Amino acid sequence: MIPVAFTYRRPSSVSEVLDLLVEHGDEAKLLAGGHSLLPLMKLRLAAPEVLIDLAGLDELRYVRDEGDTIAIGALTRYRDLEIDPILAEHAPLVAHAAGAIGDPQVRHRGTIGGSLVHADPAGDLPAAVLVSDAVLVLRGPEGEREIPVDEFFVGPFTTPLAEDELLTEIRLPKQTGIGWGYEKFTRREIDWAIVGVAALGKKVALINMGGTPLRAHGVEAALADGASIPDAAALAGEDGNPADEPHASADYRRHLATVLTARALTRATGEVPAGLS
Amino acid sequence: MKVTIEVNGKTTTEDVEDRTLLVHHLRDTLGLTATNIGCDTTSCGACTVLLDGESVKSCTMLAAQADGHTVTTLEGLTGRDGELHPMQEAFREQHGLQCGFCTPGMIMASVSILKENPTPTREQVRQALEGNLCRCTGYHNIVSAVIAASGQEVDR
Repeated sequence: MIPVAFTYRRPSSVSEVLDLLVEHGDEAKLLAGGHSLLPLMKLRLAAPEVLIDLAGLDELRYVRDEGDTIAIGALTRYRDLEIDPILAEHAPLVAHAAGAIGDPQVRHRGTIGGSLVHADPAGDLPAAVLVSDAVLVLRGPEGEREIPVDEFFVGPFTTPLAEDELLTEIRLPKQTGIGWGYEKFTRREIDWAIVGVAALGKKVALINMGGTPLRAHGVEAALADGASIPDAAALAGEDGNPADEPHASADYRRHLATVLTARALTRATGEVPAGLS
Repeated sequence: MKVTIEVNGKTTTEDVEDRTLLVHHLRDTLGLTATNIGCDTTSCGACTVLLDGESVKSCTMLAAQADGHTVTTLEGLTGRDGELHPMQEAFREQHGLQCGFCTPGMIMASVSILKENPTPTREQVRQALEGNLCRCTGYHNIVSAVIAASGQEVDR
């Protein structure tokens, strides 16, 4: 499968990228690791006229300890997140979620910024970043703006990122010592999650239980009221509006959400769920 | 556009269409046909090559993205006198192949695995090969080959 013809550009700075976006508008697409966009272009579901490769922006590849927060450059690859010592200490859930994506070859290419902007409701990192209460930094011709992650995923594959804007940084509040759990159910090892759950302390985000990654507000409220893990997790199926399609019915997804939420919350307490290793 | 890639130790400069996939560039322009196209959807791993020493799926990369980088294909593992790379040798010794279609990708992925984890367990090898499918389902001997190439005793 071969993409529709396009013009390839590889600028070497953020300001050059922004100039190209202004010049080409909605005819242009930004290319990061390319592991969502190139498959779509090969299937001709996407056909940009201009492809702006961000590979020249080394300035957006970093993980930095900034006191109360960890700053991650948008072009940091999954593999680099997976083995980063700062994340291992201060945001291990995000490192783990990055390591749960695809396979090693995919993790050598894919980037956190690409994953968030693609906004696949079945994605791993969107849920991990959502449950982390991160702040996303966007740069456009008018300068920089910050947006809380809970305002970022507005629909399937849809975000408030404007045509002339670039996601540059993800800021995570430090999660040092907070228990976490990450559970996903897939039919085969490298598949997208049928349903997944990211738990951080008493916060829970659901994967593929609707058109966007979602916070399980009912579960979180029950936990805050002192409910047990099984009682709170039983509410996970009520959050969201899962798809009813051949891979799994909506009811089955609701069932998975309750089971996986109980497991993820159990792991967050430091215990291993029954029957698992 | 003009694309310059160091492929298997040699600098190559070719004019390609911007939309050319790396795997097509390697096979059709450079004539390096060890790298197979299997699923063409980033799933099967048959097209795995090393980009700057790390495994990638060359069906999901543009040749343009490799401009200025180093690519190693299966042909580049073999020594100049035809001597097999230790991973190739291990696949032969352990009979880590049946039909052979997945083998080039399996070997390239395995070289990358040992670079990141020089002495993996069998379980870790299985996990790390999650992106490579063998439809003869010959995984057991493939895992043994990676263990053998790591210098560890093969415990079947």
